[in-house]
Amino acid sequence: MQIYLPIAEVSVNVFLLFGLGGLVGVLSGMFGVGGGFLITPLLFFMGIPPAVAVATGANQIVASSVSGVLAHLKRKTVDLRMGTVLLGGGLVGAALGVYVFNLLKQVGQVDLLVRLCYVVFLGIIGSLMFVESLRALRRSKKGGPPKRRHHGWVHGLPLKMRFRTSGLYISAIPPVMVGLSVGVLSAIMGVGGGFIMVPAMIYLLGMPTKVVVGTSLFQIIFVTAFTTMLHAVTNYTVDILLALVLLIGGVIGAQFGTAFGTRLKAEQLRILLASLVLLVCGKLALDLFLTPADLYELGVQ
Amino acid sequence: MIRLLLLLLAVFALPARAEEVVMGLSKDRVSITADFDGSEILIFGAVKRETEIRTEPPLEVIVTVSGPVTPVTVWRKERRFGIWVNTDAVEIDAAPSFYAVATSAPWPQVISEVEDLRHKVSVNRAIRSVGAPMNIVDSPSFTEALIRLRETRSLYQQRPVTVTFNESTLFDTRISMPANIVEGTYTVRVLLTRGGRVVSQYSSELEVGKVGLERWLYNLSRNQPPLYGLLSLVIAIAAGWGASAAFRALRSG
Repeated sequence: MQIYLPIAEVSVNVFLLFGLGGLVGVLSGMFGVGGGFLITPLLFFMGIPPAVAVATGANQIVASSVSGVLAHLKRKTVDLRMGTVLLGGGLVGAALGVYVFNLLKQVGQVDLLVRLCYVVFLGIIGSLMFVESLRALRRSKKGGPPKRRHHGWVHGLPLKMRFRTSGLYISAIPPVMVGLSVGVLSAIMGVGGGFIMVPAMIYLLGMPTKVVVGTSLFQIIFVTAFTTMLHAVTNYTVDILLALVLLIGGVIGAQFGTAFGTRLKAEQLRILLASLVLLVCGKLALDLFLTPADLYELGVQ
Repeated sequence: MIRLLLLLLAVFALPARAEEVVMGLSKDRVSITADFDGSEILIFGAVKRETEIRTEPPLEVIVTVSGPVTPVTVWRKERRFGIWVNTDAVEIDAAPSFYAVATSAPWPQVISEVEDLRHKVSVNRAIRSVGAPMNIVDSPSFTEALIRLRETRSLYQQRPVTVTFNESTLFDTRISMPANIVEGTYTVRVLLTRGGRVVSQYSSELEVGKVGLERWLYNLSRNQPPLYGLLSLVIAIAAGWGASAAFRALRSG
């Protein structure tokens, strides 16, 4: 069954879209990533114009994140205080990112920069996570006690705050900085930034994995809602009909994802996410390096 | 059929020059609805004349359908530092967003180069590209690329020998429009040629537009962007909350 999308101005298969939304929803609930890094390239592949894909992807992520956060709130695995601090940095970062994005648009080549951003960040984060969680998995198999986190420079900073849900007593500066840099990247790359946020929370802030997912989702809701509004007002590229089909699949998927996530061990969860990130990275890198089928392409109006 | 009869009546009722062409469309409006998956239009017509039918050189028919004309930028990639980058761009001043040309005989027999240039019949002539930047020497290859890229998406169609032409008087052809066409006023032209020269032509308009929900959403997104943005957020949040509540009810019940 085909459906004509009023803003994208193309006709696509409803079931394909529904399945895509569902898949991303499962990932969202399991890993606390919005799935933007996956949904945006997949929408390109289906022939949706890039600008519409980016804007509508953000809208869809709002829905699946709300669904996921509610499930996590029930389980009390959302650090609202940490989420708010991250969000403060995130919104400032997003505004900054939009400014940078528009600067680059004037120079041209913004498309290439977005792709390079994807390859570099997905590559670095994916391989770091993969190696680390593999090591952690091996350690836990040997049965030795997990090493106590050592207190680094992060703990010497002023403005200390107590984050009870995460069991942390650290300065507010690192979370704000993490939020800020993720905000910038998410505005440029058109994603919620969960795939950067999750590892940053685990490795930089030392938050427990169980809390990370819910807190990341909480933060993503607001950043992507902000992005959606920005795109709707400035570029008119949010396609409600496309978002609706994607998010019906997405919200259902997110509920299943959350259920799966609680059954897996933290290390297994991280290895799975890392492999997924590396897979998408590899695909995007191939597109940059291999000779394209047609050297010419039509510019976006 | 009634339309065709009316048309024939019109043919005989009107005063005529030597040979004149008249045309009708199976519909004068293509509505883009939520389940729109392309459309096919039937274009038919007749030649009216007061003299005897001349068979040498034979009479031929060309039908063209052209979408709204807009400028297009064509980019070309080149390998820089191992990766493929858009390097050269040519702005094509005016290209139809959709263009189909159907003829009653192979191309060289229906129209001469000069007449094609004058009436802008073939796809190449329908595209107008004035000046490429100084550093690009092979600007025609950009126009070729535009045609090639749009042909693969069925936006440009060259359909020789698809017009049925009976007794040098009645003709008809079908043109299919893909689902990815843009809105606007389309022009349908019929050219009657003899020995490569255009002897008569007729044109008519075809409206392509969104209707119903599609129209409403599109207008809202353009006229009330903040409201549209909020609406999309409300839908997203409600759907997320709804799914969560439904699953909770399922689990507890």
